[in-house]
Amino acid sequence: MTKGKYLTRRQLFGQTTYGIGAAALASLLCPDDLTASASDRSALGAPHFPGKAKRVIYLFQSGGPSQMETFDYKPSLKKLHGTELPDSIRQGQRVTAMTVGQSSFPCVSSSFKFSRHGACGRWVSELLPHIAGISDEISVIKSVNTEAINHDPAITFINTGSQQPGKASLGSWLSYGIGSECQDLPSYVVLISQGTGRPGGQPLFSRLWSSGFLPSRHQGVKFRSASDPVLYLSNPPGLDTSGRRATLDALAQLNELKAATVADPEIETRIAQYEMAYRMQMSVPGLMDLSNETDDTFSRYGPNARTPGTYAANCVLARRLAERGVRFIQLFHRGWDQHGDLPSALRLQCDDVDQPSAALVNDLKERGMLDETLIVWGGEFGRTVYCQGNLTQDNYGRDHHGRCFSMWFAGGGIRGGVEHGETDDYCYNIVRDPVHIRDVNATILHCLGIDHRRLTFRFRGLDQRLTGVEEAHVVRPILA
Amino acid sequence: MTKMADLSRLQIIAVILVYGFGVPVKAAGHAPSIDEEVLFNRHIRPILSENCFACHGPDEQARQADLRLDTSEGVLAAITSGSHSASTLMDRLTASDPEQKMPPAESGKQLSVHQIDVIRQWIDQGATWQPHWSFILPKRPPVPIVANETWGENTIDTFVLARLRREGFDPSPAANRATLIRRVTLDLTGLPPTSAEVAVFVADTAPDAYERLVDRLLASPRYGERMALDWLDAARYSDTYGYHEDYHRVVWPWRDWVIHALNNNMSFDQFTVEQLAGDLLPNPTNSQLVATGFNRLHGMTSSGIGAEYRVENIVDRVETTATTWLGLTAGCARCHDHKFDPLTQQQFYELYAFFATTSDPALMTGEDVNLPPVVEVVSPPQRTRLDQLDGETANLEEQLARRVDSADADFVRWQADQDPATNLYLSADATAHYTLDDIEGRKALNRVAGGPSGIIHGPGQSRPGYIAGALDFDGETYVDLGDPWNMDRLSPFSYGAWVLAPDNANGAILAKMDDENAYRGFDLYAKDGHVEVHVIHHWPDNALHVKTKDPVEANQWHHIFVTYDGSSRVKGVTLYIDGQSVAVDATYDSLSGTIATDKPLHIGRRNPSGFFTGLIDEVWVYNRQLSHDEVAQLASQNRVADLLAMPAQQRTPEILERLRAYYLENYDRQYRQLTRQLQQAREDQAGIQKSLPTTMVMGELKERPDVFFLNRGQYDQPTHKVHAAVPEWLPSLPAGQSVDRLALAQWLVAPSHPLTARVAVNRFWQIAFGAGIVATAEDFGSQGQPPSHPDLLDYLSVRFVESGWDIKAIMRLIVTSSTYRQSSRATPASIAADPDNRLLARGPRHRLAAEMVRDAALAVSGLLVEHLGGPSVKPYQPAGLWREMVNATYEQDHGAELYRRGLYVYRKRSVPPPNMTAFDAPNHETCTVRRQRTNTPLMALVTLNDPTFVEAARAFAQRLLTEESLQHATPHDRLRTCFRWALSRDPVAAEIQALMQVIKRQQDFYREKPAMADNLLSVGESARDESLDKVQHAAWTVAANVILNMDEFLTKE
Repeated sequence: MTKGKYLTRRQLFGQTTYGIGAAALASLLCPDDLTASASDRSALGAPHFPGKAKRVIYLFQSGGPSQMETFDYKPSLKKLHGTELPDSIRQGQRVTAMTVGQSSFPCVSSSFKFSRHGACGRWVSELLPHIAGISDEISVIKSVNTEAINHDPAITFINTGSQQPGKASLGSWLSYGIGSECQDLPSYVVLISQGTGRPGGQPLFSRLWSSGFLPSRHQGVKFRSASDPVLYLSNPPGLDTSGRRATLDALAQLNELKAATVADPEIETRIAQYEMAYRMQMSVPGLMDLSNETDDTFSRYGPNARTPGTYAANCVLARRLAERGVRFIQLFHRGWDQHGDLPSALRLQCDDVDQPSAALVNDLKERGMLDETLIVWGGEFGRTVYCQGNLTQDNYGRDHHGRCFSMWFAGGGIRGGVEHGETDDYCYNIVRDPVHIRDVNATILHCLGIDHRRLTFRFRGLDQRLTGVEEAHVVRPILA
Repeated sequence: MTKMADLSRLQIIAVILVYGFGVPVKAAGHAPSIDEEVLFNRHIRPILSENCFACHGPDEQARQADLRLDTSEGVLAAITSGSHSASTLMDRLTASDPEQKMPPAESGKQLSVHQIDVIRQWIDQGATWQPHWSFILPKRPPVPIVANETWGENTIDTFVLARLRREGFDPSPAANRATLIRRVTLDLTGLPPTSAEVAVFVADTAPDAYERLVDRLLASPRYGERMALDWLDAARYSDTYGYHEDYHRVVWPWRDWVIHALNNNMSFDQFTVEQLAGDLLPNPTNSQLVATGFNRLHGMTSSGIGAEYRVENIVDRVETTATTWLGLTAGCARCHDHKFDPLTQQQFYELYAFFATTSDPALMTGEDVNLPPVVEVVSPPQRTRLDQLDGETANLEEQLARRVDSADADFVRWQADQDPATNLYLSADATAHYTLDDIEGRKALNRVAGGPSGIIHGPGQSRPGYIAGALDFDGETYVDLGDPWNMDRLSPFSYGAWVLAPDNANGAILAKMDDENAYRGFDLYAKDGHVEVHVIHHWPDNALHVKTKDPVEANQWHHIFVTYDGSSRVKGVTLYIDGQSVAVDATYDSLSGTIATDKPLHIGRRNPSGFFTGLIDEVWVYNRQLSHDEVAQLASQNRVADLLAMPAQQRTPEILERLRAYYLENYDRQYRQLTRQLQQAREDQAGIQKSLPTTMVMGELKERPDVFFLNRGQYDQPTHKVHAAVPEWLPSLPAGQSVDRLALAQWLVAPSHPLTARVAVNRFWQIAFGAGIVATAEDFGSQGQPPSHPDLLDYLSVRFVESGWDIKAIMRLIVTSSTYRQSSRATPASIAADPDNRLLARGPRHRLAAEMVRDAALAVSGLLVEHLGGPSVKPYQPAGLWREMVNATYEQDHGAELYRRGLYVYRKRSVPPPNMTAFDAPNHETCTVRRQRTNTPLMALVTLNDPTFVEAARAFAQRLLTEESLQHATPHDRLRTCFRWALSRDPVAAEIQALMQVIKRQQDFYREKPAMADNLLSVGESARDESLDKVQHAAWTVAANVILNMDEFLTKE
């Protein structure tokens, strides 16, 4: 009865108001509070059509992994190694400020061996033996492309649909569109790890998981490996859980007294949000505590899985978040930016992610969750066929390349074993089935039952959408 | 429960039945009441804009069937005025054939039956078209007549009441006095009132008590800090550049400018002109230049293509200016004609052209530095000291001149005493002097005691030099002088040598330069027989470069020397040949980054290129700027001995003068002392100058480049030239002046402009009521929400302009209205009737802005340190946040800086302060004129657990426990005071009871676990009163933490 005393805005207008005054009908977390059911809290209410996936784990490889050393096998480059990239291939493509002064653009063949894997016979580099082992589970697009050539615009583009700051991120769109499925965690969680392939690599920005113009409760919440996994989660020293409970009870009483005199529905929302905060305090430490994971799990995810803050530990956490129903889980692994010393640095970087990424897919499969969890693996762009810096016997580097790069997908909605798109002999241009990063985002939404053209939010007079005003197409050949 | 919910639903239905759609909860479909005339702007345009304009609107490219419904001609072509049945528009709207039906099904748009009715009614009434409301110049509207009404303090209230009456509402009673003073103090100063201020106001029964209160608040320096908050959002103020590594910059002097301008009640037109075009005013003051920082506050990147980011930077300025002053969304028109408003793509680039001729660089340098143009900002005490030093130097210069005139006798005596064989050097304060006479052990000895010696690399041999020996630089030889040097672009230094160069000589005479790091460093360089100086951060875009106009005579000894004054400008570089400064060409004059490199200083080579061929002798390096005279002395030094040996009759007056100068500089005690004093005074001046912060400002290029229309907004697809102009559907630019940013700024604030005043007063209204009269403060265009009180908005706009754009006057008018002073108490029914309070039948009630939440906690705890202006501060922040994102360390401040107001907190765009972000502080990457106001658990965690708020609770508890008047008070009395301080009111019994429970529980807890009390009392760096009982202090800290989390504490009501 206490919760029903006051008319909330939700009861009145559902989601019709926006922007100012659209005060917290739903919470950043999903809800039991107030009156609405979970599906009622999202913009769409229900997906446009039944999606295969209920959630996404996005393994973002920040910095730009080289497609030529991972999934885009180019035996043709052996012959071309050391020869100049012809103008007919480069076609006046703009290059970054880092190589614009280079007088020579010699092609480099990968120094790593490739072999075929799985029933599908996929070529995968020796750097990724574990991911090679799940070849039949994953679908690789080798023709992803973007216009951006520098990290900041490129990573902003793929995560928010625009190279310029200010738009809403993919995870925020999902939270806004179809809400959350869990009771005590945010619908969009971000986990960050530092690569060993290039320590102190390219920076990240909170705008990558920002809600932009969407209500800020849809923003990604960064979970950290530090003492407070969620900022300000822990009670101050000297106030224990029961003390906090007592203060929150008193606070709720005080706020109820206020609500009884002014009837502002915001007060009821605030009371509910303090309860939600308490539930987070209760649940997040358990979520982050991996001590009840088995030795077998740790050995599958690899030696780093016991070290908080590593990519491997974050993969274990991703599974735990998925189990608890978090809608969008995004890992950012820094350090994929091998401008120089690629052969040695990329080996380290691939070691960071190979075993844990594959383990995550297998783990979800064994737990029967893979069918409803979409896994996405990729970065903001690829790397150039031509060498950055001096090409020597055993060393080379590669600059940023947006015209083609590889990403892989697995799980909910994805048909395993597919390869989509093809690049030319130089691995420079796409010769078949180009997939723009807008198409990638449209496809991700599709897997969750969302038509990217119909998930919109009115801002500055426009119906904004993740894929923007340009056309975007769902990549159907990779779909189950 | 069920019954209650049902009742609510009934209430809603009742409200909708009674009020129709008159409550503008939604933007479109706002329909007239039965006796009202259907107005195109109020009723029809929103329907057409939402459903039709995308294909039948301003965008020519997207236009279907050559039909546009946003112009008078267009609409008239689709209807027959007075007859809906003869109107094609109606046929298409009501068609049953899906091929004919508009809007088409695939658009996802659909008109309601009611909307179609309204259009029918409008056509039948004669279909009068109107231009979009916000593009029509507001006129002072007639004040409505509301019969038999006594309610209302000023004209605002009459407009509001008229609407309330029309909709069948009553205004609320006035808020009680304590609530009112709290509300208005928060709105005008950003801080809650003290309990004493509340008591005074509550007791002040004079009829003008409230007006006097408002005047006091408007006069408070806190007013400028409060009002600046919203302006900082619009200006996307940030202490960092935003992109990539997100480097630091110094732009807080601009923030100070804003606070001072608002406090001094600078008129809004001047406020506008100075920020948009202060640099173009005649003889702009330092302050007017600082103001132009407004349009330098966009993000900048160091990595990218210059031409591309140049465009992005300019587009940002256009969008920001359009949103802030015009309330228009211009950005769409970058790529195509606007779909809803009449702004064409051509017009976008004409606006763009106003900002496209500025001199700021497209890219930043990848360092924590300000980018040109910059100005130094002088504080009043610094100004005083500088003026004083000006006086001192003038005085010393005069004394020196007198000494020169009176030194003859001493000069004559000195000459007589000289031994002509003495080898004279001026090396008294040189950093290094390499004679290159003796190359024993392949070493270049430094004649300055303790100075670094050099190592000769390569086969170069000793040859007869200008003085004794010289080293032959044969193209393979150089001297490595190591790296004990600390020259940088802000320190003066001088260097040079005697050189005998072959024809068309090339190579470095002296250089400390890293070729591989874009030639960072400095040099003295022979180039095809000319001499050049480079001072480089990043070649060529961030560097100084000068080159002698004439070649230097080959195969002769010449003294080649350069002095640099640390100004980072070409005019601070002087090149001397044989002691005379020579004419140079300057090709690059933009230096803002460091020139320091860890490469060694070399004679005869850069690093690794630039070997010199020729002879070099007598290399001098000074860590100061030598004067003309000193360089001349240096060039003639060897001759001193010869001159002295000359028979007196052979000495020309010129020779005598040189000798005399030499004597004065080196031997005349009085002269030398004065010189030292003068030098000291100049160094003090330089020291202050160097310590002055710079701030980034606007500047125009001397030669304005052509500006191009960009196809699809792409930087690399320019099509045709454009010239700065304003859209023809708005007033014209002021006549008879050049078409530049200044004209644009003056145009914005011309009384004939329909938008600027409306957009500005709407934001002022938003400060007071939480939402604007136009709820979409950023969009006054076709897709924006129409004003809830159009006549009131026009009234305020006209009044604002007529008052001389007086911001304090308009704020005063707003907050002294009865509308503002109403109680914000609502009932479920009144919430249901008007959830967003658009009709203003009650006072405003909403959660405080992020900064104000912080400020309120600091204020009631007594921790707040009020210091107006200055650099941004770095209070507590969870450890490692910067590190995990951007490879940087957050160096938290200590002491007073921890307790400054929220608007001074350091804003790093990539990692904004998390406790502010939780409360919806925008990240300031783009212009924001309307903050979100959400309600999340992350907010709760901040105010419950953030050390900022826990420490505030601790200090608040201490304040309560040490308050003199409460020494013998009961806990109840203490709680009463606590409420007065925090909430400006007394608690009710139930509140006391709830808090007493917490206090008692925690007292027991801490008595049992004293270590826990220690822990709690250790939060925060402020000192604790150790005389306080820890159990008491900790228990009250917990209670204070509860109060600082109460909805009422976080809310203005």
